[in-house]
Amino acid sequence: MIPKQPRTHYLNISYGFKSWLFTTDHKRIGLLYLVSITLFFFVGGAFATIIRLELATPQGDLVQAETYNKLFTMHGVMMIFFFLIPAVPAVLGNFLIPLMIGAKDVAFPRLNLLSWYIFNLGALFTIYAVVSGGVDTGWTFYTPYSTTYSNTHVLATGVGIFITGFSSILTGLNFIVTIHMMRAPGMNWFRLPLFVWAHYATSLIQVLGTPVIAITVLLLAFERVVRIGIFDPALGGDPVLFQHLFWFYSHPAVYIMVLPAMGVVSELVAAFTRKSIFGYDLVAFASIAIAVFGFLVWGHHLFVSGQSVYAGMIFSFLSYAVAIPSAVKVFNWTATLYKGSVSYQTPMLYAFGFIGLFTIGGLTGLFLAAMGLDIHLTDTYFVVAHFHYIMVGGTIMAYLGGLHYWWPKISGRMYPEGWAKLGALIVFVGFNLTFFPQFLLGYMGMPRRYHAYPEEFQVLNVMSSAGASILAVGYILPMVYLIWSMRYGPIASSNPWPATGLEWQTSSPPPTENFEEIPVVTWEAYEFAGQE
Amino acid sequence: MYFAIFFALIALTAVTVTISFFDLGRLNAVVALTIAVFKATLVILYFMHLRYSSRLTQVVVAAGVGWLFIMIALTLSDYLTRSWL
Repeated sequence: MIPKQPRTHYLNISYGFKSWLFTTDHKRIGLLYLVSITLFFFVGGAFATIIRLELATPQGDLVQAETYNKLFTMHGVMMIFFFLIPAVPAVLGNFLIPLMIGAKDVAFPRLNLLSWYIFNLGALFTIYAVVSGGVDTGWTFYTPYSTTYSNTHVLATGVGIFITGFSSILTGLNFIVTIHMMRAPGMNWFRLPLFVWAHYATSLIQVLGTPVIAITVLLLAFERVVRIGIFDPALGGDPVLFQHLFWFYSHPAVYIMVLPAMGVVSELVAAFTRKSIFGYDLVAFASIAIAVFGFLVWGHHLFVSGQSVYAGMIFSFLSYAVAIPSAVKVFNWTATLYKGSVSYQTPMLYAFGFIGLFTIGGLTGLFLAAMGLDIHLTDTYFVVAHFHYIMVGGTIMAYLGGLHYWWPKISGRMYPEGWAKLGALIVFVGFNLTFFPQFLLGYMGMPRRYHAYPEEFQVLNVMSSAGASILAVGYILPMVYLIWSMRYGPIASSNPWPATGLEWQTSSPPPTENFEEIPVVTWEAYEFAGQE
Repeated sequence: MYFAIFFALIALTAVTVTISFFDLGRLNAVVALTIAVFKATLVILYFMHLRYSSRLTQVVVAAGVGWLFIMIALTLSDYLTRSWL
């Protein structure tokens, strides 16, 4: 039977710019975010392209040192604050959470739209900083670079990040209230998809952590403008205090990026093994544990900053502890595969990619959490490789996997499977070729954030740059065929995989109010038995 | 009730001011901060109605205060032990 689209759905119920810019439909807001973050992803990617071109040769021949400083700063700021943090929660989370819990919308639909406007307002400030000359402090804004020594647009960038933070807080708040108050009858906490648990944990971090970065940026601005001594020793401050406050948010921010990604992977693994996730309760609680432990480890960024050795020991121990819930998840996904009916469609390829790359990224994190080894590896390419494995290999793999998996629900059309598999393969190969050599470079002692390097490092750097160009193809390809599929793709049925979960029980694309009638849930999460 | 809290806050302010005339050595900050925390607790419990709010609201506030405590405690684990080595 050829599937038919419903006559009216959320995409065709109204047309025109106004119907999108004033929408309170969580699905449309998710798509608005999709457009914004895709734009910022390509801006951040453009900076990365110039960085990799510069590093293809040992000499600093393409850009000057000052320009290079600005490039890696703006690459980091764009990618972290304007792509990775909102990627999964603001796009997929917004689109799916109400559908998954059987609600008509999020708890505060207007606040949801407001958060998108705030996000773009913050981005405008940051883009103003970029086009008017850039900022060169590194995305971390460490003092005293950012207070005393930088003559670039630290304030505009800071204001941008300050404003964007509120968008993140509002999204988190909205999700927490939605998950508490809006669940359909029968949808108790332990029937929730793990995607929802992961987003609940993420929202806790967003609400509890983001205010701290806002205050830190504000203090930075006060010191720069009014010369109040917070971080400058000459004024009675302490530069390491900045690092404490900054990483109190920015380390948990890594979990804002990767926890929702883990939620996506749980959904993909269940759907493509046709089994319930092994140890559902443990995976759910591991999300909460990661969110809580994630707040206790920030000091491992400060091992060589002059932080007390005794504090370092505490932070080192706690950093090892956070590996436990992360490993619980990886082992449970792997155990789910056992005797599962595994199919290798595109989303599952991305899920496999995530598990492999996240494991490498996580284990190399343990190297860095060891105080002795960290002294050797601090500020080398080893660190750069490590966090790209987590943030790019983890978050972006899951984001792309999720985008493909839910694309039939989002657009009502199927993507071309052959091209998509090729794309997943290209991303995986390109990613590893780009970042694995950086582990070796870092271990051999190549420092990060320099535009020139000794000649013996060239082979590995050329490999890395070559990998980056492959990776770029892997990112452009899905954009092309996903846009193509919106018009020409085969029409998707309401449950093409077929998967469990309430989002698959409504039409593709869903109506504006999500369900014809509010569902009543009488089954457990991932109950594949009896579905055929 | 609100007046009682109001006068309690005024009285505690008076205590803070009075104590500031005596030098207690290392206890100066401790005493001042203890009184301040006590006053803040009164404001949150009564003027912000926390005492009469739902359990969920109370958990949210407790989490906020708890996280502030984590931030201060772990940061102090650095500052208080730097001179040990």
